[in-house]
Amino acid sequence: MIQFEKFELDNGLKVLVHQDTSTPMAVVNVLYNVGAKDEDPAKTGFAHLFEHLMFGGSVNIPVYDEPLQRAGGENNAYTTNDLTNYYCQIPAENIETAFWLESDRMLSLAFSKKSLEVQRKVVCEEFKEHYINKPYGDAWHKMRSLAYTQHPYRWMTIGASLQHVEDATMEDVKDFFFQFYRPNNAILVVTGNVQTEQVKQLAQKWFGPIEAGKPYVRNLPKEPVQEKSRTMDVRADVPLDMLMMTWHMGGRFDEGYHATDLITEVLGGGTSARLYEQLIKVKQIFSSIDCYHFGTVDPGLLVIEGKLVKGISMAVAEKAVLEEIEKIKNEILDAKEVQKVINKTESVICFEDMSIMNRAHSLAYYELLGDADLMNKELSMYQKVTPSMIQHTAQEIFQDSNRNTLYYYSKS
Amino acid sequence: MALDRIVAPVIKDAIDFNIQLKPYQKFSLDNGVEVYAYEGGSQEVLLVDMVFYAGNSFEQKNWVAAATNFLLKNGTSSKTSFEITDAFEFYGAHLNRTCTNETATVTLHSLSKHFQEVIPIMGEIISEASFPEKEIAILKQNQIQRLLLNLKKGDFIANRLIDEYLFGFEHPYGKYSVEKDYKDINREDLVSFYDKYYLNGKCVIFIAGKFPSTMEALLNKHIGQLPLNKKDIKEQAHPIISATEKKYSIVNDAASVQGSIRLARHFPNRHHPDFPAAQVLNNIFGGFFGSRLMSNIREDKGYTYGIHSYLQNYKHAGAWMVSTDAGKDVCKATMEEVYKEMKKLREEPVGEEELKLVKNYMLGALLGDLDGPFQIISRWKTYLLNDLTEDYFYNTIKVVRSVGPEELQALAQTYLKEEDFYELVVY
Repeated sequence: MIQFEKFELDNGLKVLVHQDTSTPMAVVNVLYNVGAKDEDPAKTGFAHLFEHLMFGGSVNIPVYDEPLQRAGGENNAYTTNDLTNYYCQIPAENIETAFWLESDRMLSLAFSKKSLEVQRKVVCEEFKEHYINKPYGDAWHKMRSLAYTQHPYRWMTIGASLQHVEDATMEDVKDFFFQFYRPNNAILVVTGNVQTEQVKQLAQKWFGPIEAGKPYVRNLPKEPVQEKSRTMDVRADVPLDMLMMTWHMGGRFDEGYHATDLITEVLGGGTSARLYEQLIKVKQIFSSIDCYHFGTVDPGLLVIEGKLVKGISMAVAEKAVLEEIEKIKNEILDAKEVQKVINKTESVICFEDMSIMNRAHSLAYYELLGDADLMNKELSMYQKVTPSMIQHTAQEIFQDSNRNTLYYYSKS
Repeated sequence: MALDRIVAPVIKDAIDFNIQLKPYQKFSLDNGVEVYAYEGGSQEVLLVDMVFYAGNSFEQKNWVAAATNFLLKNGTSSKTSFEITDAFEFYGAHLNRTCTNETATVTLHSLSKHFQEVIPIMGEIISEASFPEKEIAILKQNQIQRLLLNLKKGDFIANRLIDEYLFGFEHPYGKYSVEKDYKDINREDLVSFYDKYYLNGKCVIFIAGKFPSTMEALLNKHIGQLPLNKKDIKEQAHPIISATEKKYSIVNDAASVQGSIRLARHFPNRHHPDFPAAQVLNNIFGGFFGSRLMSNIREDKGYTYGIHSYLQNYKHAGAWMVSTDAGKDVCKATMEEVYKEMKKLREEPVGEEELKLVKNYMLGALLGDLDGPFQIISRWKTYLLNDLTEDYFYNTIKVVRSVGPEELQALAQTYLKEEDFYELVVY
C-alpha cells in the first residue's frame, strides 16, 4: 500500500507527495500529459525531440544538468506514445534545487538555436543506432503502419522518418511548448524523505507563479474496427526469419484490460509460459518467442513475435502459433494456471514498488489515468480475473479479422 | 519580493555528507558455507545470490562454464525443466543464472512469504541437476542462432574484439565463443564441470530483503547439508597476451550507417592505489552525462547519441575504455575529439568548479546507489568477491573528497596517453 497526499495549485498543477523516511534521497518527477500520439502526422517524432530540448537550458538557467549534478542529483526522462516523463533523484536535503530547475523549464525554455541544431543530430543518431543500424530495427515501424490506419499510434515515438526530425523548426518548438508544457497539463510527484508541508511550500513558491495555459482537449481519431486480416512481407539482410503478429486489444480503461494482461503472461511470461514450452522446447519451431503488450492508454496491440529455427518454414511457424491461440480460445484454463499468473503479477508489483523512483513513476502514471490510488487497487483487479474471463477475452481478441502479420524473411 | 530564479537555492555539498555503508550480518551453514545477510526494505521481498567459483576462467573448453550455469535449472533427477520453472513461477519467484569470469551465480527473487516453498527447489537444482541431452541440444541450436544474429551487430563485434586485443584470446577476459565451440560441447563436459564446481564446489551466499523468521533454518536445511566447500577450488593464473597492432578498422556490414568505436588501454584493478582517483578523473573525462566527452561530442557536436568512458574492473586486471556508436562520416572526427580531450586533461589542470561538481555528483550518486537492501548487499558482494573490505569504501570516499587538480593532471599524464590506447572501429 503506497500512501500519498495530493493537492492542486491555482494554476492547475497537480501535486502528489509520498513520504519514505528510510531513505536519504528524494525523487522529483514531472509528468507532462503529451506523447507521440499528440503529434501532427506531418511532424512526427516531435514529442521525443522536445524531450531532448528540455535539457538545453531554460529562461533563467543556461544549463539544466550542471546545477543538479552540483547538488548531488541525477536525472533522466522518457517519451512514450502517451506521455513524457522527467525525473531526478537527489539527496533530500537539496530538494529545492530540483524545484528551481523543473519550475524554470516549465516557465519557459531558452529556445536556443544551437540546442535545436545539435539535438536534431543527436536524435538522428539515436534513430540510426536503434532503428536502422540494427537487424529487424524497422519491424515496428512497419507493424504500426500496418495495424493502425487512423490512430496516431501508427508511428513510433522516435518518428515516422528521419526527415521529420531533420525538418523541425524553432517555431514548431515554441508552439509545442506553450500548447503542452503548462502546469495544468502536468503532474508533479515528490517521493522520499520529504514532508507534505515542505513540498506544499516549495511547490507554491516555485511552480505557483507559472501561468496556466489553455486547457488541452485531446481529440484523437479513433481506430476503426479492423475487418480483414492484414499481412506484409519484408525481405532484409537479417540472419533468421521472424514472424510478428498483432491483434487489436482494449485500452487501459477497457474492462478486459487485466484479463488481456494475464493472457500475455499465460502465453509469453517466462520460460514456463505456453509459447516457450510448446514452440521452443517441445516442437522446436522457434529459437525465441515473446508475447506482450504495451499497456497503452488508448486501444493497443497484443503482440506475438519470434525468430524461426533455421529450416522451419514461415507457414509451419504460423500454424503452430495459431494452434496455441486456438487452445486458449477453446479450452478453459485450470485454476492453478490462473493462480500462477496472478501470483507472478503480485510479485512484479512488489518488486517494482521497492524504489522511491518507481513509486514516483507509478503515482504520476496512475494520476494521469485519473486517480493515483488506482495504483493500490491494481492487484485486486488482477485477483478478480477468472478463467472464464480469460477465455472470453481471448475469444474477442484472437479473431482472424483482427490480426496483422509481418513475415520478415532473411534474404540469405 | 519577486522570486529570484537566477540564483540557485543554497545546497549542502554532497562532499559534506556522512555516507555510511551499513554492515552485513554473517553466519555459516552446517557445511561451512558462509552467508552474508542484509535485512531491510519496505516491501515483503527478498533475494538470494548463490555465488559459485565456477566462472569461465575454470573451464578447459570454451562455453562449458556458461552452458553448465544456464542448464542448472533445465532438469533434475526428479523434475523436468518445465516442472522446475513452473514451480518457481507459480509462487511468483524468479531464478536467474549469470556466468562471469571468476564466478557463476544462481539468483532467486521471491516474495518473502513464499521463501519456504521455493528454497527447496533451489537446493534441488544445485544438488541434482541432470543435464538432459535434449535440453543441451536445444540450447546449442538456439545459441548458434543467437550468435548469427549478434554477428550482424557492429557493437557486439566491437565488444568482443577490443577485449581480445587487450587480454588475448587465451585469457578468460579476452576469449569468446564461436559457432564451433557451441557444436563441440557434449553432456560429459557439463556433467564433469558441474560435479567439480557446483555439486562439490565452493560457494558463498548473499541474501537481502525482508526475511521470514525461519530463513536461517531453511537455508541450513536445503543448502547447508550439501557437500559444498569441502575442497579448495584454486583459481588458475592466465597469462595476458595483448595484441601488438594497436589500430583496427573493420567492415562488418557495408551498408552500416554508424561505426562502433572502442578505445581502450590496460588499467590496474581496484587494489591499485591509483584506482579511486582514476574514478574521479574518469568521471570528468567520460563517466557521466556532464562529462567532457558527452558535452563535447554529443551536446556540442551531435556526432552520437551517447559516449561513455569507464574503468572495466575485473578481479585481476582491468581496462580504461571509451565506447560509442557514431555516424559513419564522423567516426574519425569523434576519435580525434576523444584524443583532444585526453590531451587537455594532460596539459591543463581541471578547474576547481568543475572538480567540485564532479565530486558532489559522484557522492550524491553513491548515496543513491546505497539506497535499499539489494543495493547494499550488492556492494558488499562486489567487495567480498574482490577481496576488499569496508576500508576500500571509506578510502574511496576520502580520495574523492580530497583529490586535487594537480594529482588528476599527473594521473592523466600517466594513463590518458593516445599511444597507449587500442583503437577499433567496426562499421
